[in-house]
Amino acid sequence: MELKIDRERVARCRELASAIVAPVEAFIAAHSTVSVERAVLRLLGVDGITPDEIPIPNAILDALAPDERRRGAALAFGKALAETGLEPPALGEALGLRRFALEQFAQTPEAAARGALRPHVEAALSRIDAQREERARRLARLPQLPPPLLYVIVASGNIYEDRSAGVAAAEAGAQVVAVIRSTGQSLLDFVPFGPTTEGFGGTYATQANFAIMRAALDEVGERLGRYVMLTNYASGLCMPEIAVMAALERLDMLLNDSMYGILFRDINMKRTFVDQHFSRMLNAYSGIIINTGEDNYLTTADAVDQAPAVLASQFINEEFAHRAGLPDDQIGLGDAYEINPDLEDSFLYQVAQAQLAREIFPHAALKYMPPTKHMTGDVFKGHLIDAMFNLTSVMTGQSIHLCGMLTEAIHTPFLGDRALSLENARYIMNTARHLGDEIVLRPGGTIERRAHDVLAACESLLRRVSEIGLMAAIASATFADVARSPDGGRGFEGVFARADDYFNPFDEALRFAIAS
Amino acid sequence: MSRIVKPYGDTQDDGKVQLSFTLPVEWSEAADEAARQLAGKMGFTDAQVVDGRPIATGFSFFVVYASTREGVDVDAVVAPSARRHEMSMDEIDAFVAERIGRKLRVAGACIGSDAHTVGIDAILNMKGYKGDYGLERYRMFEAFNLGSQVAPEELVRYAKEHRIDALLASQVVTQKGSDIKNFTQLGELLEAEGLRDHVVLICGGPRVTNRLASELGYDAGFGRGTLPSAVAAFIAVTLAERLRRPVASR
Repeated sequence: MELKIDRERVARCRELASAIVAPVEAFIAAHSTVSVERAVLRLLGVDGITPDEIPIPNAILDALAPDERRRGAALAFGKALAETGLEPPALGEALGLRRFALEQFAQTPEAAARGALRPHVEAALSRIDAQREERARRLARLPQLPPPLLYVIVASGNIYEDRSAGVAAAEAGAQVVAVIRSTGQSLLDFVPFGPTTEGFGGTYATQANFAIMRAALDEVGERLGRYVMLTNYASGLCMPEIAVMAALERLDMLLNDSMYGILFRDINMKRTFVDQHFSRMLNAYSGIIINTGEDNYLTTADAVDQAPAVLASQFINEEFAHRAGLPDDQIGLGDAYEINPDLEDSFLYQVAQAQLAREIFPHAALKYMPPTKHMTGDVFKGHLIDAMFNLTSVMTGQSIHLCGMLTEAIHTPFLGDRALSLENARYIMNTARHLGDEIVLRPGGTIERRAHDVLAACESLLRRVSEIGLMAAIASATFADVARSPDGGRGFEGVFARADDYFNPFDEALRFAIAS
Repeated sequence: MSRIVKPYGDTQDDGKVQLSFTLPVEWSEAADEAARQLAGKMGFTDAQVVDGRPIATGFSFFVVYASTREGVDVDAVVAPSARRHEMSMDEIDAFVAERIGRKLRVAGACIGSDAHTVGIDAILNMKGYKGDYGLERYRMFEAFNLGSQVAPEELVRYAKEHRIDALLASQVVTQKGSDIKNFTQLGELLEAEGLRDHVVLICGGPRVTNRLASELGYDAGFGRGTLPSAVAAFIAVTLAERLRRPVASR
């Protein structure tokens, strides 16, 4: 199946996306955030909590004077490493207990700090390298089934229940298991610590929880003879730290959008842009596939009207991702099957949109999200709508397929719901595996015209955004009918300008790795 | 009058129902039999396990058809509806202008952990539902849609700061009864802040009924398929009643 799309227009859209992202990238390069600095400390080996249960990376950052913070947490921490001779975890603990204050070591020469940091920077990168290699070895030994990769969520609030649900889902055919986070975690300016058994609408993302799920999915993967991927969320106020934890615990995918938190969680846009860049560089290095969140636009606004904005956002997300060093096959651009099912020929529009994304981003790990907005308590009709979604996905060659649940509008999925959903997807995708290869789209027909119109409207939208700038465009509700101001929203106080002598050894190492 | 009805399969009073459930057991013929016996213990007769199969290690899924002996007297059922004021958007606007004389301020949100805004959006957003415009479109309403995952505390604070006349709390997806907890908490917080008598408090969602709403101490509850005009009319009429002015019967 192939659409006749205007390739020159696609090229112009990419140029516009580049022009949109360039000024934002300049802003990013001149700034850091508290969460980027905490991620640096975590990479160096700092973890744990203080006796008051404050994560030690937060305690260290909070105690750092603003002028020191602007030079990067690594510098102050490196000086203390050089002077105390402690290993980073022990130094972190001592700082958490206030046995030392970083300002004690202000006079230590920078060269000594850099020297003391170097082995720990190398150790962190080696740990991530080892996990990346481990994933590659496992994938070679335990190959996945062909795409679309069937992806399900677990969301019990209790990591041990999630573990059982994840294993059961893998046995029922899931190839990717995502643990939905507890409500509101995206708004926490710290990452909780340790295994957790109480969450609301999901389970807290903690490094210990990541490790528990990883071990369980590795085990079931061995048993099934196919690798089972693990997903979590590097979104919200702690994107960089979650990316660190995911790299260390070998997660395979992370939700990591450039605009999602701004639009849907009212997180400050400057904070988000800086955080997403650092987290994406890390994801690029870790071999983690990012998932972007364009599907969310369609849950708040009309899917037919918003199609050009979804495509525009895909171009922008792609550009941000490329600039963070992510190769195409690690960019899971999002889209969703959300057109009103009562609309005549809605299936044709869905196919047009999905095929358009496939052809414009031929090597991207496209992520296709299921119907949610028009799902009701009618589980029988819901199962049918999901079947049409499954058909669209396999016809248009989507890469990552979030399985729709017949009980979408009722409750977080039961174990049995997940099994029915996976059975639906497996049946449809098997029975129509090569349907897309057999179809020739009628030139000038409904599908081709729709794709053409969406692409044309996308170009106009990108042009308008490039004229006023991305931040102003978001401020004027260009995406998802939601308006956010550049200095409004949560987490703005955690954004700061880098000093001239700002030092972030991982920023440097990751940029170098990307360039080479 | 009493009229007892039973579920209808293909014959009057056959009492046929379909069930599906998961049991945490390895599938076997004995598991099928366990599912059948379980249906019997639920009070069903003639239970047939039409499908039983493993869905994961230690879990099996069953589809069961069975009959119930139970019936219900539909004439004795009372389910008061909140949809009692049939008015169009223009009529409601005119009613508010005449009886209340100012714009009504309405705030709504999906409360708690729920991120499914489809219900609240259908009621508040301009576009509305099934061709019935949402409250944003009304001349005499100012509608504030706070979106998803709003804590009850936040909604109460908002109501206080913005002098809200009516609060709409929506719950679409639940987990272990969280919807009831959230609705209850919102009511209690309003009470604690001394705001309860100053707002029209409404809950909505696919499993909400007006009966549930009154049990929770809400003024009204709206369920599946509710049109925005039904909610707008309820708010307008209720506020007008509270102003102790006579309400035209329609």
